[in-house]
Amino acid sequence: MTQFRDRIPLPPPDAQRTNMTCHFCIVGCGYHVYKWPENVEGGRAPDENALKIDFRTQVPPLGIIMTPPMHNVVTDRDGSRHHIMILPDKQCVVNQGLSSTRGGQMASIMYSGEGTSRQRLSYPKLFTGDDWVETNWDHALKVYAGVTKRILDAGGPDQLAFNAFDHGGAGGGFENTWGSGKLMFSAIGTQLVRIHNRPAYNSECHATRDMGVGELNNSYEDSEVADTLFYVGANGYETQTNYFLAHAMPNMTGLSIKKKQEWFPGETAEKAKVIFIDPRRSLTLSVANHIAGPENVLHLAILPGTDTALFNGLLTYVVEKGWHDKEFIAAHTSGFDAALAANRLSLKDCSKITGVPVADLQKAADWAYAPKADGKRKRTMHGYEKGIIWGNDNYRIQSALVDLVLATHNVGRRGTGVVRMGGHQEGYARPPYPGGRPAKYVDEEIIKGNGKMLTVWACNAFQSTLNAEQYREAVYRRAAIVRDVISKARGASAVELVDLIHDAVEHRGGLFVVNIDLYHTKFSDAAHLLLPAAHPGEMNLTAMNGERRMRLSERFMDPPGEAKPDCLIAADIANTLKALYEKDGNVEMAKRFRGFDWKTEEDAFNDGFRKPAGIDSQGGPTGDLATYAGLRAMGTNGVQLPIKEVKDGKLVGTEMLYTDYKFDTKDGKAQFLPSPWNGLPGTVETQKKKYRFWVNNGRTNHIWQTAYHDRFLPFRRDRFPMSPLEINPQDAKELGIESGDIVELHNDFGSAFAMAYLEPDIARNQTFMMFGYDNGVVGDVVTDWTDRNLIPYYKGTWADIRKVGTMKDYKRTVSFKRRRFLST
Amino acid sequence: MTDLSRRKFLRAGGAAAAAGAALIGSGLGAAAEAPRAPGATTLPYPRTAITKAGTMKPDVPQPFTYPDAQSFCQIIKTGRAVPGGMGPDRDIVAFSTQCTHNGCPLSYDKVARTFKCGCHFSIFDPEMHGQMVDGQATENLPRILLEHDAQDDTLYAVAVEGLIYGRQSNLL
Repeated sequence: MTQFRDRIPLPPPDAQRTNMTCHFCIVGCGYHVYKWPENVEGGRAPDENALKIDFRTQVPPLGIIMTPPMHNVVTDRDGSRHHIMILPDKQCVVNQGLSSTRGGQMASIMYSGEGTSRQRLSYPKLFTGDDWVETNWDHALKVYAGVTKRILDAGGPDQLAFNAFDHGGAGGGFENTWGSGKLMFSAIGTQLVRIHNRPAYNSECHATRDMGVGELNNSYEDSEVADTLFYVGANGYETQTNYFLAHAMPNMTGLSIKKKQEWFPGETAEKAKVIFIDPRRSLTLSVANHIAGPENVLHLAILPGTDTALFNGLLTYVVEKGWHDKEFIAAHTSGFDAALAANRLSLKDCSKITGVPVADLQKAADWAYAPKADGKRKRTMHGYEKGIIWGNDNYRIQSALVDLVLATHNVGRRGTGVVRMGGHQEGYARPPYPGGRPAKYVDEEIIKGNGKMLTVWACNAFQSTLNAEQYREAVYRRAAIVRDVISKARGASAVELVDLIHDAVEHRGGLFVVNIDLYHTKFSDAAHLLLPAAHPGEMNLTAMNGERRMRLSERFMDPPGEAKPDCLIAADIANTLKALYEKDGNVEMAKRFRGFDWKTEEDAFNDGFRKPAGIDSQGGPTGDLATYAGLRAMGTNGVQLPIKEVKDGKLVGTEMLYTDYKFDTKDGKAQFLPSPWNGLPGTVETQKKKYRFWVNNGRTNHIWQTAYHDRFLPFRRDRFPMSPLEINPQDAKELGIESGDIVELHNDFGSAFAMAYLEPDIARNQTFMMFGYDNGVVGDVVTDWTDRNLIPYYKGTWADIRKVGTMKDYKRTVSFKRRRFLST
Repeated sequence: MTDLSRRKFLRAGGAAAAAGAALIGSGLGAAAEAPRAPGATTLPYPRTAITKAGTMKPDVPQPFTYPDAQSFCQIIKTGRAVPGGMGPDRDIVAFSTQCTHNGCPLSYDKVARTFKCGCHFSIFDPEMHGQMVDGQATENLPRILLEHDAQDDTLYAVAVEGLIYGRQSNLL
């Protein structure tokens, strides 16, 4: 590439082409990977390149998305160098040829052996007390398994803590969740496991599951044919981009009216009404206003944390109006009367609590639940995400929402649904968690000095947990005890090192920290051992998206150095432990670590997902029908789980759940749950009373998760060198703050730093800070309060703000123009 | 995207092309291919006169085509010195205005002072070297490198930094 980045090599007609599902958000857009030798180039004529496009002339708009970040040159372990190009697939029903700003950069995050990709971990690394050195797998495993065994033998499994991924896409997949899960739960048997972005082993959807309604119960197509799109704390344009653009947008513009008429003959079919429940005017709201017209968009800007009251008010009003479905409730649900009595809230009281005018509440109920012009029941698609998942009492809010949805029969019919919009993809197949519910509050255990070894596996709680400052302080303090011991272990063999580490964790309050990841992360700063992992493209990986669509992402290149898939790392650990116990003659313990004789990730897939009896798998009981060969043949469209059958060699899946009204409860009836409004939690209320600004937080379009790749990419890092904090210009003026200034947010729990970004759509005394970034961690000011299942209230904290100073270079290099799309 | 909306965008592109052609027809559009030494790593971009700096009004972008008639661009005087700005006030910049995401024509929003795309809502900042403010592109706007002849006030386009949408190379 030249300094102008003005040319791009084309794949020749015979370039290898494999399937890839985007690594990142839940939508899981379909892509193709082209790979060809570095000394070959396709020509510009359509018969001279694999894309069959004529590049001798300008390709018209919407012709192809092909940009420099979609190309790279990679080196395989045999030394051969190849071009790769990763392009969105027009035949994939999910994205229909669209790429997002995240997925569109996939090629540039693959290991090239050059530039910032050299930041990838290639070999295990050991901390010597004051420096990192590379080591081999044999030595690393001896230390890992040795310390694990000593702790297990001395105190049992619950001293072995894990912070682990549990999902699909990169840092997950059915193969890796199974491999890691089998190690943690079956072999070691520990309860001291926390997941991804929360401090315990739990679900973000316990309530809806308890009610018999799995959280991913419809298809993206249902958003094309719904009468009303009802979004709660969801920001689809930025966080489920191509779901929004390819499926919700045609409904907002009216393009899908024809499809509605075909699917529902004789029913009134108009373009969608769109309701946003969100204290913030989000980017998605601005886009929806533009494409649907403000007359079709309703924003209920509720006061923070009052969602439960809103749903209860709507439920009460809908029942008063007689818009609930009495037949459905009688035939297929239980507990309606009790829930209605418990949740009852007048519109007047609802308005007072939520801050939403009564007229707007009535309008929302009318748009979502009043009979259509033809008298037929409306089809309303309810999409919710972190606004309530990380809201005020996750279990209660979700119950209140699903109560409203069940009463109005918005499940099991096409064009309806009550679904989480999702963050990452899914890919869960694990033995059952060996503890109860609620599980252990692992962060608190670590802070209290419990747990002796912590494996941090493809996640990074230093950037993505609550009460993060206190947690980081505890981990650093305890890890330093072990570091001190290691630094003095001159000339120690692996066995001697294990003895020293064990002494430090057993008798001195130390914590031995191991990080399994693609990169050295902020959490690695506290670690003693790093193990290098692989990601999609470097391994075969299966996962499913937000409509349960499962695909196989195919391996097309080697991982860097000696990095390997997480499932095979789990197998190495288990097999090393098995050998240690066999050497001891401890047959009973050796037996626990059996069953990891996997050579490939497909072996792990066949051992877990395809043997669903007795495990928790998103594939359900028909997982055995899925094979790598079968999935490969299904390409980027894959199959929607659960698989119904294999017909003519093709996997046949399930587009919508509960069309037979057999819900996931013992008696098959959906269960209403009483969920009366109960105000803010005391801990949160205290912060609210003491501090001025509500610190709302969440994602931006540019940055994926903890920015583990993005922090190395100039296109992203230059955009957000530090976590942006959206703040109202009047509030900023009062505090002497301008865009580009560094500010400090502080409260009783900690302090966080951010880059001010003035935005008039942010209400007075409210802010919005990007979540999960490495430079400025909002979790530092999030309280330690959780709901009954230990789900944090990330969105519920208040803080004061002070200006730290002006960063001239941010002002020189970062655009502070409005991110909202205005219809001007 | 449907065929209908695709035709609509093609029409919009056509309008920009017509405007560009008119500009070149005004006598300023003499293009000369810059000589390149063997081994040069830059493409042989033409040196094309675009307009006179003194004729530009703040915040009123002018369409032109560069490096050929199929590539739609806009030149804008922002009214304040900006990174990479040319002309006596260092406030004139030019960009390819085919969205780097999917090629739809960008329009200038005078209120927001940004270029924006009506297809997938990407927003770019001409006052910050074409940085994507938000949206689905993976590249900032390709910047048309300008030269200003102080003697006769002519602004020339001389190269493009960044790949123009829908091309394997910026020169067809």
